Order: sequence, then C-alpha cells, then structure tokens
Amino acid sequence: MLRLLATRMAAIIPTLLFATFTIFGLQHIGPADPATVVLGENATEERIASLREQMGLNDPLIVQYGKWLGDVATGDLGESIIRSERVATTIKTSLPVTLQLVLSGVFISVAIGVPLGILAATRANKPTDVMVTSGSAIGVSIPSFWLGLVLITAFAINWKIFPARGFATPGDGIGEAFRHTILPAFVVSTSGIAIVTRQVRGAMIEALSADSIRTHQAKGLPWRTILWKHALRNSAVTIVTVIGLLVNTTLGATVVIEAVFAIPGMGFRVINAASGRDFPVIQGVVLTYVLIVLAINLLIDIAYRIIDPRIQ
Amino acid sequence: MTAPTVGDTMQSDSVRPPKASRLQKLDWLWADTRAKVALGWVLVVLFVAIFAPFIAPADPIEQNLRSILAGPSSDYLLGTDDIGRDFFSRMLYGARVSMFGAFLAVSVSMMIGIPVGLIAGYVGGVIENVLMRIVDSILGFPAIVLAIGLVAALGPGLTNAMVAVGVTFSPSVARLMRGQVLATKNHLYVDAAEQYGSPVWRTVLRHILPNAIQPIIVQAALLLAVAFLAEAALSFLGLGAQPPTASWGGMLSRSSQFLQVSPAVQLYAPGLAIALTVLAINALGDSLRDSLDPVAGTERRLHRTLARAAKRLGSNDGDTGRHKPQTPTVAPPDLQPSTAGRARS
Repeated sequence: MLRLLATRMAAIIPTLLFATFTIFGLQHIGPADPATVVLGENATEERIASLREQMGLNDPLIVQYGKWLGDVATGDLGESIIRSERVATTIKTSLPVTLQLVLSGVFISVAIGVPLGILAATRANKPTDVMVTSGSAIGVSIPSFWLGLVLITAFAINWKIFPARGFATPGDGIGEAFRHTILPAFVVSTSGIAIVTRQVRGAMIEALSADSIRTHQAKGLPWRTILWKHALRNSAVTIVTVIGLLVNTTLGATVVIEAVFAIPGMGFRVINAASGRDFPVIQGVVLTYVLIVLAINLLIDIAYRIIDPRIQ
Repeated sequence: MTAPTVGDTMQSDSVRPPKASRLQKLDWLWADTRAKVALGWVLVVLFVAIFAPFIAPADPIEQNLRSILAGPSSDYLLGTDDIGRDFFSRMLYGARVSMFGAFLAVSVSMMIGIPVGLIAGYVGGVIENVLMRIVDSILGFPAIVLAIGLVAALGPGLTNAMVAVGVTFSPSVARLMRGQVLATKNHLYVDAAEQYGSPVWRTVLRHILPNAIQPIIVQAALLLAVAFLAEAALSFLGLGAQPPTASWGGMLSRSSQFLQVSPAVQLYAPGLAIALTVLAINALGDSLRDSLDPVAGTERRLHRTLARAAKRLGSNDGDTGRHKPQTPTVAPPDLQPSTAGRARS
C-alpha cells in the first residue's frame, strides 16, 4: 500500500508542475502588465519600470516561475493587490467555508442520488424509471444560480425560513450553520444528484444483469439481500468513481453559488479577484482548487484497490 | 482520472468503416418524438437569435425612465427592467448572445482538441505522453475556476469568456479524439492505405478522421449545452457579456438585485429560457448518440416492442428491462455528466 501511494504521488508530480505553470502563466497571457495592475493606470512610467524591476518581471519567464514556485512551496503566496491581506490568510479563512459547502453538497448528492439510481435500475424502462431519468435530465440542465435565486425568493423572502445571504460555520452554533448551509448546499447538489442517479442506475442495471444474480435468485435469496449486498457491491467501483467526479463538479458549482448567496468562500474570493485582476489571490485560490482535485483523485485511486482487489 | 474511459473502448473490429449515411439521412431526428420537440425548440431559439432585430418590439437598450420595474402590460410584454428597458426585447436579443457564446466555445474546444487528439493518437510515443500529461493536468482544474482565471487574464467580455470556456473544454475533446484514433488506426483500411503509399496527412484526414469523428460530433452537441450554461453563469457573474448588451445571465443578475420588487416573471423568464434550451440541446445530443450507436438504438426499439407485447398480453412482467446492458455513452465518464457539471452552475 505504501509503495502504491509512493508511485501515485510520483505520477502526480508532472501534472502538478504543469498545473502550477498554467496558474503562474495566467497573469502573463493577458494584455495587462502586472506592474500596471498594481500601481493603477495613472502611475508614472518610472514608477512602473522600477516596480517591474522589483517584481522581477524583467527576468526570463522560467526564472520568474522558479522563484514563484519556490515561494509557493514554502507557503508564501504573496499579498493581495486589492485588500492588504496575505493570500495565505485569505485561503485559510475561505477554504473551510467552501469545504463545508462542498461536503454538504456531496453528501446530499449521494444521499439522494444513490437510492434514486437503484430505484430506477430495478424498474428499468418502467414509468418510475422514466420519471427519475427525466428528472436527472432536468437536473443537469437547470442553471444552478437561477435555482438559487428562485429558492431565495421562496424560502428567504416569501416565507423567511432560511437566511438569503451570508454563511455560518459550526463554530457559530450548529443550528445557525445548518440554517445557512441547507439552501446553498441543496442548490450546489442539483447537478450532482442527477449525475449520481444516472451513473448508479447504469451500474446497477449492469450488475443486476449478471449471471450471479440469477443464481442468487434461483437459490432463494431474498431480493433485498441480492440488491443491497451483491448488486450494490458490484457497482461499488462506479459509485466511487462518481464520488470523485462529484467533488470536482461540486467544487465548480460552489464558485457561482457562493456569489449568489454571498458566502465568503474561495469562489466568492476568486470572482472578486477576477474582476479586479488581483492575480496573487487568483493564483493562490486556483492552486488550492487544483490541489483538492488532485488529492481526491489520489484517494479515489486508492479506494479502487481496496474495494476491488482485481484492479492492478 | 485514471479510470478507463468509455470512449477509449468504443471500437469495433469490422474491416469496413461504419457507414456515415445514418447521419446524413437524418433518420434519427424523425424516429423519436423527444428529438423532434427538442429540435423544434432549438430552431425557435436560433430563429430568434438570428432575427432578433426584426421581431423585437423595442430597442433592447432604450431606456424609459418613467416606467421602471413595471409588470407585464400590452406595451411591455414582460415588463421593464430597473432602468426601464423592454424586458421581452432583451430576452430576444439575449438568445443571440447565448447562442453565439456557446457556439464560439465549442468551436474553440474543437479547434484545439481535435488536432491535439489526432496527433497524440496517431504519432504516439513521447509526443503522446507529453500531450496527454498536459491534457490531464488541465482536467485537474474545475473548469469554471480555470475559465475565471483565464477571463481575469484576458479581460472580461463575452468573446474572451467563451474562448476561455472553450480552452477548458478542449482537453475532453482531445482525450476522446485520441481514444477514437487509437481505435481506428489499427483497422485494415488504414493499413491498406499506408501500404498503398498514401501520405500521412492523407491517411489521417481521409481515413482516420472521418471514421473517428462521430463520437466527437456527439460530444460537441453535449458540450454545446454545457457552454450555454457556462455563458449564462459567467455573464451572471459579470465576467461574460458586458452591459448594456442583453444576455440571459446578465438579466438574471440584475433581476436578482431587485428580487423583492421586480416582477416575478423577470426572474422566471430568463432562467426557464436557459433551462429549456439546455435541456433541448442535451436531448438532441442524446438522440444523436443513440442513432450513431446502432446497438443501443436497436435495443431501445426492442425494449419498446417487448414492453408493448407484454402489455398486450396482460402480463405484469417488466423483467426485460433488468437485463438491458448499460447503454454505452460516448463521453468519457469523467466528462459526460461532469463537463456538464464542471462548468455549470
């Protein structure tokens, strides 16, 4: 297992290097000069030139990248251009917020999607299945930010059950955290539910068509045992794959939803940073997203081998 | 991302290339009601997008400050927005922005993804390794996050935003294309062409590309739906279409600032327009996929017939369904729902 972990980690390194290079390169592909962004359009040419020197912008790109990567490796992500705050601090405060939302969203997707998928699979091509399948087609087609607005109108403005904006973590009290999380988490999970349902349905239909299932039926095992024990276990690989995918999807979904609900997570920060061309923040936050995705992929890879020893 | 992709395994061992006539005859469209309805809606939206200046009752950026946030009336079919512009006309013009944006993003992704996939698949070796490493690392970004980063670099605006979205889509196209090329290049007809001395470019363009392209077309249709959502989301966030241009996402963003006072229809109309169009494009993509994959299509017809027969016999058996193998999907599993998912919201 340790050896496996080591080889997987080694395989991630080139991916990570290229990803960091992309992130670093973001501020150099556009028309805007980073020094001008910092000083504003009205700065004198001498000041811009001296700042360029100071920022090392006259060095070859690869040298700049090396320096940046070195700083990043020691946890120094620079300072925000717009707010006088270290980027590391920004991430430290916004990451838990986003993670709370993502985990809640993934939980809801799995909790609703898996049973729905199994239900649809056992009634394949019957009305129930058609309803579930159509529902998941609608789920991936609704713009989630719009659904967020509709739910805010219904549950926060008309019926004042949940707050319309802002966020609370469990540190602020469990009840408060729950009230603030439930709406955005549900919105974030709409596409997730649809994805999980679709994939689980497919995997279960395949698992249920296996010969072994017929044998189990013939020897008189109760249908419930066959379904939940044998068929579900044979679809476990798919389900694990879907969960990995789901984290990526949900992370993306939170970006926009954080803006809708004014939740001070990483998505909210990166959108503000994008309008202000605050590249240190953009780079830091995007890097954090990539690290999360890579970590999840690694975990999924390991989970495969635990669930299904046949995978080499 | 290490899971084998379904796209990679879609290969048939026939010596002759599959016939393209299915696509050309458009049989698939008329075989299925869902596809017909979906096509109808997409055509309506396209028509509106193209002819917006002729059918819109008012100028989409003309302000009438004496009528602000008014409800629907005979003058203003869907009321007016916060600075007194005709909401209905803005809806019609918004179709333009969305359609243009979505097509732009998909074109960009094809222009990058197809050549990269072709080269990686055909040339192989070190080049393939390097290219696929790059593809994999871009797939490690949540698409919307990378798109936002790119927009920050290029500057906000519809064209920049949708080029950025196209770039984030391209790895999925490249991956699928490579898989298809790998599956195609071992066919006998490719070998034959090479033996006859066909130059590499001709082998690739004449023999490999046409026989590997079908899943890419399906992928393009499905990506179009995702691009539509991405355009709406980026315009909603203020990074896409800039005011005063009317876009559905931008209109939702304005309505959302006046949720308590603006007419309800102004919250529902743009959202429903986006949702229905995306649903229709997805449905078309699905039908196209089924039609290009004869096995799935036949099976579906078989099920329908069996179900009908069972009904007629008064049997309550639906067991037929349980033995249906999983319909192969064209998009790699990490993209199909998820491209959807990644860029959406």
